[in-house]
Amino acid sequence: MTTVHAEIIPTGGDNTADDPAQRAQLITGPTGQSFHAVTEQVCGIAEARRPPKAWYIAFAIASVWLTILGVMILYLVFTGIGVWNLKIPVAWAFDITNFVFWVGIGHAGTLISAILFLFRQKWRTSINRFAEAMTIFAVVCAGTFPGIHVGRQWMAFWLAPYPNQMGMWPNFFSPLLWDVFAVSTYATVSVLFWYMGMVPDLATFRDRSKTKLRYYIYGILSLGWRGSNRHWHVYEKAYLLLAGLATPLVLSVHSVVSFDFAVSQIPGWHTTIFPPYFVAGAIFSGFAMVITLAIPARELFGLKDFITMRHLDNMCKIILLTGSMVGYAYSMEWFIAWYGQSPFEQFHFMNRYLGTMGWAGIIMVTCNVVIPQIFWFKFARTNVWIMFTVCIFVNIGMWFERFVIIVLGLHRDFLPSSWRDYAPSYVEVLTLIGSFGLFTVLFLLFCRYLPMMAMAEVKSILPMAHANPAVHGKDAHRFDYNPDSGSEQEIAAAGGH
Amino acid sequence: MHTAETTKPSIAPEREPQLWGVLAEYGNVDDLLAAAKVVRNAGYTKWDCHTPFPVHGLDGAMGIKKTILPWLVLGAGLTGTTVAILMQWYVNNPGTEFASWFSFMASYPMTFSGKPYWSLPPNIPVAFELTVLFASLCSFFGMFILNGLPKLYHPAFTNGRFKRVTDDAFFIIIERADLKFHADATTELLRSTSPVAIDQVKD
Repeated sequence: MTTVHAEIIPTGGDNTADDPAQRAQLITGPTGQSFHAVTEQVCGIAEARRPPKAWYIAFAIASVWLTILGVMILYLVFTGIGVWNLKIPVAWAFDITNFVFWVGIGHAGTLISAILFLFRQKWRTSINRFAEAMTIFAVVCAGTFPGIHVGRQWMAFWLAPYPNQMGMWPNFFSPLLWDVFAVSTYATVSVLFWYMGMVPDLATFRDRSKTKLRYYIYGILSLGWRGSNRHWHVYEKAYLLLAGLATPLVLSVHSVVSFDFAVSQIPGWHTTIFPPYFVAGAIFSGFAMVITLAIPARELFGLKDFITMRHLDNMCKIILLTGSMVGYAYSMEWFIAWYGQSPFEQFHFMNRYLGTMGWAGIIMVTCNVVIPQIFWFKFARTNVWIMFTVCIFVNIGMWFERFVIIVLGLHRDFLPSSWRDYAPSYVEVLTLIGSFGLFTVLFLLFCRYLPMMAMAEVKSILPMAHANPAVHGKDAHRFDYNPDSGSEQEIAAAGGH
Repeated sequence: MHTAETTKPSIAPEREPQLWGVLAEYGNVDDLLAAAKVVRNAGYTKWDCHTPFPVHGLDGAMGIKKTILPWLVLGAGLTGTTVAILMQWYVNNPGTEFASWFSFMASYPMTFSGKPYWSLPPNIPVAFELTVLFASLCSFFGMFILNGLPKLYHPAFTNGRFKRVTDDAFFIIIERADLKFHADATTELLRSTSPVAIDQVKD
């Protein structure tokens, strides 16, 4: 498509208009008019002598939190799981809540990079790189929690099936083991996808490097990429394949996470709605996190040409959609509790909102279902302050959703004598805060040292990246290869030159 | 006999850079596509286009054959499924004790709720995950291996212009190793395709 826009939308301008006669301008301002400007903008972030002051402040705070995480984990390992306030029947609480929360955050990154790629949503190119980075860092945080909750953390490798002198193997009937495979596969594939997408951009860094050190580091990381079209051909195919593989994978990961609950027989857990409900919730919370990160990032690093109002508007629409799916799931759980006529199930859902810990259920519904409804209105989808506030609420609400499912599912056991309310110990609270430190430190380092935008992909959606139909005929891109004929006639017949 | 020659050091002298190929730079996609068709029609085989991003239509214009990568990935995926099913069948099944020559290879059958040792449904999640894992590893490493990467040195990197290939410039390089290559004629052909610049690549 080579539509020449009547006027260039200035940086930070409103490009949310949907005129079917014209393609929306995805990259605004002067950046959208030249390949070199894209390179300059993105490389400038990593090549600046110093990052913005706010980067240092954020990094300092996040490093303190990260240190707290380290100290809390060491305290846990040296003392034992008793430092957490887990007592039967509440044997899972903050640990698994945090795990599910962080895995869910990651899902938006894969949705943006893989599913939106398959749907040919070109606006994804501005946000996919850092959304993928967010995925990986979220999975790092997620992986920490099952690792440290096992009791004897130094035996965590027993989760892996390997021949050993004890003659013991894991139990493949257990959803917890499926989880090990699902999350580790997800982490691996996310890293591969992220790195592969980054290789051409790392080559840009290499070619622009002013110092020997940068030249060698980015030179090695970019593996000698030289933009060869014979390479691009295989690369694009591999990218498509990875997107096609990551799409069912991301849907499977949160489904398997939900099996941890759904396959057991606790009221409130044992439902077939869990897999789709968890996946929708994961994408919901993940998009909220993408917006939470994107809004400060576009301000700080001057990326308003890339992450335009249209991108934020689109993401808000996805939040509205997935938030409503989550709301549907909540109401369907109520309906099934009534329709199924199981007294335990009915008790659970009354207890979820009206019991001693009902406040958690109310927070969950308010933040996840009620507040995002404001995104029906366009003024909310185009105002960064409203967006940011709503997304913070969604993050809180989605954390509470997992807390409600896990803790409120457990704290009223079948046997009333073992009923118990749960409150976290300070170690659990600080570990949660610390995991945000880990996430933020990794993300800030990424912003500073790696290409934050998929430059090659952004360039490929600029209007001048496509063949001009006036020169090559309108089917220029359908120029199929025929090894038996390479003559002028064949070229001409194919509508070419 | 000249004494000067006998006193030469025994190690190979530093080689003069030699012509490796001819490079043409283009300012936009349209010129590159048109030039690619010209070079292809002229019958060259050892040549390549270098672009900052994948240019659509260029594969056809260059006549690149479809990659076999999808078939490799399919094979890897099926391998993953098979490995996962066999592993789970072996590990939790009392019927595999015949293979327990060593204690660490013995299977570890477990009974839960009177369910059978072996049934397919609970083994599907792990089988699915390993299918995706094997296929993804294959598409990642397969892509780099088929492309001959990592290859940290390439003669094109010696050309100063080529630094912009990852920024905003488009190149065609015809290698001297091509049977049809002739320094003057090839340069002339490229000159006819309205390039921004023409240069030699030395190695």
